Amino acid sequence: MYSAVNHNSKTKGRIVRGCLAPHPPHLVFAANPPQNEPQASGAGAWQGLLAGYAAMRRSLEAAEFDVVIVHTPHWKTRRGHHLLGVEHFKGLSVDPIFPNLFRFNFDLHIDVELAEAIHAEGEQRGLVMSMMRNPEFRVDYGTITSCYLTRPAFDLPIVAISSARSYFDYSNEVGEREMLALGEATKIAVEKTGRRALLLASCSLSHRHFTEEPEDPEDPAFEHIYNANQAKWDRHVLDLIERGCNRQLLDEMPDFMEQSASECKDGSLTWLMGAMDVPQLGGIVHGYGTVIGTGNAVVEWRLDQAEVQV
Amino acid sequence: MAIGSSRGTGVSSTQPATDASGATDSTAATGRILGGYLVPNQPHPLLAPEQSPGWQSLHDSYARLRAEIEASDADLLLLFSTRWVSIIGHQIQADPEPHFWVVDEDFHELGTLRYQLRMDAAFAETYRECANARGLHARTVAYQGFPIDVGSITALKLLNPNNRIPACIVSCNVYSDRQETLVLGKAALDAVKKSGRKAIVVGVSALSNRMFTDYIDPATDRIHSLKDDEWNRKLLELFAAGRLEDVSQLSREFSRQANGDSKMKAIWWLAAAMGQNNDYRGTVFDYQPVYGTGAALVGLLPYPGAGGGLEYDEDDSGFFHGDRNVIATAEASAAPATLEP
Ligand SMILES: [Fe+2]
Repeated sequence: MYSAVNHNSKTKGRIVRGCLAPHPPHLVFAANPPQNEPQASGAGAWQGLLAGYAAMRRSLEAAEFDVVIVHTPHWKTRRGHHLLGVEHFKGLSVDPIFPNLFRFNFDLHIDVELAEAIHAEGEQRGLVMSMMRNPEFRVDYGTITSCYLTRPAFDLPIVAISSARSYFDYSNEVGEREMLALGEATKIAVEKTGRRALLLASCSLSHRHFTEEPEDPEDPAFEHIYNANQAKWDRHVLDLIERGCNRQLLDEMPDFMEQSASECKDGSLTWLMGAMDVPQLGGIVHGYGTVIGTGNAVVEWRLDQAEVQV
Repeated sequence: MAIGSSRGTGVSSTQPATDASGATDSTAATGRILGGYLVPNQPHPLLAPEQSPGWQSLHDSYARLRAEIEASDADLLLLFSTRWVSIIGHQIQADPEPHFWVVDEDFHELGTLRYQLRMDAAFAETYRECANARGLHARTVAYQGFPIDVGSITALKLLNPNNRIPACIVSCNVYSDRQETLVLGKAALDAVKKSGRKAIVVGVSALSNRMFTDYIDPATDRIHSLKDDEWNRKLLELFAAGRLEDVSQLSREFSRQANGDSKMKAIWWLAAAMGQNNDYRGTVFDYQPVYGTGAALVGLLPYPGAGGGLEYDEDDSGFFHGDRNVIATAEASAAPATLEP
């Protein structure tokens, strides 16, 4: 149950935990929550990932948060980075790509003050920033899915940041630079506003889909990684993550994006790394699994439990 | 900025009695494609024409397309929109009366786009069958609250404001390349013939798709670069000469050079649906910038013998064999859905 909180901006805020929280709508579908109209069969194709999310939820119970900040690949903007700027959104989000799986009645509260602070910090760093003020906006399924799977009660306000197309309109290098700057802007805004923040990078790893779907989308017989190349890249990236080699991960990110069609090209993971100051801290991999051929990992960085060395 | 027609304008039901596939009126019992249009993919000409001379010009030029369509005896508008992206094959809109609203994810300051449209659900089902028959994975969709893409809504509101003619929309698969898109276009023609419809086909797509990535004063909107503008004009020259298949053959190069919208799949689809030839009467009604992108209103009517010879650089295809496991090795196929990292 959501209830508004008064924040004390005199206290220095911090990013308590950061997560890689991918958003296949299939996982919401499989969980059969009352907000989602379609009904899944329970055939179990994505059990590994659902178990990973369950483990991450248990782990997150040990920490306290004021806000969830999500960077979503499925709100695509070409004029810079946009943030939801209305206090409350309620409506139906039908996924135009998987409408058979995701027709979700959402009810989200937004931390507009923090969103505006991120907007201001981003502008200070030369980024093109925008506040989305239309209350009839359909919140994208990436935001909803990552938030639902991480904290299904929706009892915290969220901040949602769009995915600017810098990687696509310019280059991977430009995109990476922008996302690191956006991450820094997010961190500073969190600190200045006194929030205890949970950050979600809402993206898959390797990201080549099958273009067919079985009659029961949840049929486990259909599900596996698209090809061996994708599996190898995912294993390699998770190895770097577990060993805390996050700088090396960023160094290799442009190759990873190109060679595995990674959804990291939408910027979410690099934004998270920027916000966490690219820590020499291993991520806890709660689960890995494929969804129609794409590679997805549920990962948590417990910044609150680590001596973070930058 | 308008580029004139090379051979005049005007659709009417008294135009040459051939369809895009070259069939004659003796096939009147079967369906046929009466003509095709290319229209832009952005909502500005509908939502905010007054903000920019170019957007206003596009808004006003739509009146000529509306008049042509009104004068035809079309009973179906069939759209392919680059703004409706799909992953699982090809989706076909089959809700008979979709009504909802959308807010553009980038241009949300332009306001909410409310719509109440009229779709030809029976045709959508026929199109699905015809796509399946050519090996494509295709499905119809009909869900309350489904967000119809802003490109299609804009096109339909400006081409067919009172929903006099029922429509159908097909999605643009992110992974499909030329071959698959051609097959989807041929399946559209199959479906039109099978269903007995008199159809107008519409590609909803930008030309050059390089957009300004910062906020601009709309009054100063222009094509993003001279190079994009030059490429757009080259393409429009061919359109004006009715050389649709030549535009289709040139699409890869255009996309490379001018950041064409979605590899110009809308052109591949349009050309395949209209019979893969240059025998059209082409009209460029307007060409304007929309936030830096190339936005054109183009019309094409069958006109036998107009196009002259063809030089094909590209392969042709009539059937789609799928892409599942094409490059999967034994190792990948054997890999479980969950890996121990
Ligand atoms: Fe995604």
